Amino acid sequence: MAHAEVHDHNTPLEYQSETGRLNILGFWIFLGAEIALFSTLFATYLVLMYRTADGPTPHELFELKGVLIETFLLLTSSFTCGIAIHEMRKRNRKGLFVWMIITLLLGAGFLGYEIYEFVTYVHEGAALGTSAFWSGFFVIVGTHGLHVTMGIAWITLILIQVARRGLTPQTSAKVFISSLYWHFLDVVWIFIFTAVYLTGMVLHNG
Amino acid sequence: MKWDEFFVTGDPLIYGADVSIGLTVIGLLFYLTYFKKWQWLWKEWLTTVDHKKLGIMYIASAVLMLFRGGVDALLMRTQLAVPDAKFLDAQHYNEIFTTHGTIMIIFMAMPFLIGLINVVIPLQIGARDVAFPYLNAVSFWTFFIGAMLFNISFVIGGSPSAGWTAYMPLAGNELSPGPGQNYYLLGLQIAGIGTLLTGINFLVTILKMRAPGMTLFRMPMFTWSALITMVIIVFAFPILTVALALMTFDRLFGAHFFTLQGAGMDMLWANLFWLWGHPEVYIVILPAFGMFSEIISTFARKVLFGYKAMVWAMVLIAAYSFLVWVHHFFTMGSGAAVNTAFSISTMLIGIPTGIKIFNWLFTMYKGKISFTTPMLWALGFIVNFVVGGVTGVMLAMAAADYQYHNTYFLVSHFHYVLIAGTVFGCFAGLVFWYPKMFGYKLNERIGKWVFWLFMIGFNVCFFPQYFLGLDGMPRRVYTYSAASGWGDLNMVSTVGAFLMGIGFLALVYNIYYSFRYSERENTGDSWGLGRTLEWATTSAVPPHYNFAVTPTVEGLDPVVAIRNDKKEVTPKLADIKPIHMPDNSGVPFVMASFFFVAGFGLVFEWYWMGIVGLIGVFITLIIRSFDKNEGYYVSVDEIKETERITV
Repeated sequence: MAHAEVHDHNTPLEYQSETGRLNILGFWIFLGAEIALFSTLFATYLVLMYRTADGPTPHELFELKGVLIETFLLLTSSFTCGIAIHEMRKRNRKGLFVWMIITLLLGAGFLGYEIYEFVTYVHEGAALGTSAFWSGFFVIVGTHGLHVTMGIAWITLILIQVARRGLTPQTSAKVFISSLYWHFLDVVWIFIFTAVYLTGMVLHNG
Repeated sequence: MKWDEFFVTGDPLIYGADVSIGLTVIGLLFYLTYFKKWQWLWKEWLTTVDHKKLGIMYIASAVLMLFRGGVDALLMRTQLAVPDAKFLDAQHYNEIFTTHGTIMIIFMAMPFLIGLINVVIPLQIGARDVAFPYLNAVSFWTFFIGAMLFNISFVIGGSPSAGWTAYMPLAGNELSPGPGQNYYLLGLQIAGIGTLLTGINFLVTILKMRAPGMTLFRMPMFTWSALITMVIIVFAFPILTVALALMTFDRLFGAHFFTLQGAGMDMLWANLFWLWGHPEVYIVILPAFGMFSEIISTFARKVLFGYKAMVWAMVLIAAYSFLVWVHHFFTMGSGAAVNTAFSISTMLIGIPTGIKIFNWLFTMYKGKISFTTPMLWALGFIVNFVVGGVTGVMLAMAAADYQYHNTYFLVSHFHYVLIAGTVFGCFAGLVFWYPKMFGYKLNERIGKWVFWLFMIGFNVCFFPQYFLGLDGMPRRVYTYSAASGWGDLNMVSTVGAFLMGIGFLALVYNIYYSFRYSERENTGDSWGLGRTLEWATTSAVPPHYNFAVTPTVEGLDPVVAIRNDKKEVTPKLADIKPIHMPDNSGVPFVMASFFFVAGFGLVFEWYWMGIVGLIGVFITLIIRSFDKNEGYYVSVDEIKETERITV
């Protein structure tokens, strides 16, 4: 593991150490694996779409309003996350903190709505064990929700490291990688919004 | 839960296993304490992040698992040797074929190959280590812990018995009650984390850490095969992760993915399993192809014939591997059109594979062949693998498959490809690179005994099974009647299996014998015929850093060029600079131990224990994240001493 440092000021901080560059590439490959993981869940969900047994159908329970709010919160958080990285590249630690914390708050708001949604469904008679369809629903949306939870915890821990050690090639690579993860969750959500909610409300009409 | 439900009771074989496990553990504890080896064990092995040591640990574990899976195989063959045998009952037999299959694929073949990849690949590309040494240790320990969790099932709680394919609803709560199937789900899940991390690690290592001048098309074929294998791992393992998680939800939390109630779909499991499972068989064959390419080219003293064709053949095989999974269930009602599509896509794989076979043959053509042990394994591979491949094409014909699916014909086919391909490959690679790991060769004379015993045993065991299959003997049956007429061939097959067992013992003896008596080496090029960079550094490879000075590559087979030009290999004193290396870490071992706690808790549905384990895992993650892990420098003096530079 050589430590070839680059001292060109045009190179972003996170790419200046060899470790940083390797970690970023490694994380991109990890995201490739995550795409395979979510693809499998989407395939499972779509295969089980009409298998509601005697339980409620998605058409009966899905509500556009909550889903739109969730979508709005998460998409905005991706935008603020982008600004945070922009601030980081300007070596503005305070800007990075402000925008990252806004990002985390938006993420937490998203999670709050999702938990509320899950509780509502369970009260209306749709739980993990109700039917194959609801098993699929809770696992795909829940897996995404779990990722968001982990993302919030992870970014928080990294911000603590930045606060302690300042913006170094090491800490900035960590911030950058966690931002890739956050944007990825946003992309996955767009697919969930389409394949789970819109499809469930529209195609499952009869 | 009562104690007699916790421990498996009532079977003399199991009591025997209990006693032998107890004695082994006591013996190990005594040895470590009496010879004061605990600190050595912790410092040199349990906390190491060195790719060569991790590779050796992978291989050692795999050999251990080969023993376990082999004993399973011999128990099965003993039961089947004669009609109406009473050696094992049906349930015990089911458990044994399940663990045999799972262990051999997941905990023997894959780790053996990953172990060799770990040892060799960084050396072949002229790197000091892998891209993520710490992650490499996490990979090993999660694999090891997953394997151990799976292995203790047969004495604690009971083994899974639904086959290594774990088809639903057979693997569901109604038909497989108890913790057995949970062991399968969690053992594989934990080990799978390690495999995925290995995939990412080696992709980055091979893409980013090659020596200067080593372009993609100057990479050794084994490195190529590893690169392509890692791509398959990265895209196939998440599918297994999801499938195992979904079945875990079914079994533990009442979900209905694969159940018969709640509109679940049992065929969904078969699809997901083989969508991972078919690429998996290429994960365990492509690295073997890579090794055979190196070995054949080395001992035929010729450049590998059709280098680029070999690479593209592997790329095609990898791509096709994701497109053929339905051929594992032609008879389960997919319909003629679907079967036709998958029949054709399956046969297509024969084309790139055929290209590779011919390239190996052309490499040997007019070569000056040395019949060393690794070369014998390679030659044995070509002949036997072709037998397995041709019968594979027979099975790929969907219409004909209706005749011999689920018979011993199939059993014979996949053993011919997996043993002749993967196991021969592992043995060949082990012998070939043994000096790189330990600084001396395995004894060639005993090695040839191992080869002939195993090779003959293998054919005596599995060739009759083609005919048993054509005679209609189904797989997975624990006994058969004398009237079936299958008795004679089964007896022959069992004799062959025991011959393979003797071959394995000869291998173990060879390891011991060579440790005691083999001549120690002081050159790097152990066989005198090496072609790739690993032969340009000392044997065994210095513990810290691989290459004193990073080599520069000007073409294929750089060591041949060095040998022919009589170049000086010893690095010049002026070129030596301090080398930065990562620190050892105990965190991966501790993290994996917490995974064990979590897995064991979930197996018995003791959720408090599962949660404690998972919290432990997260704490170790956080500890690692806050660790600055700056590493250390190997000093010039130390390098001079290791490289025996006296100037």
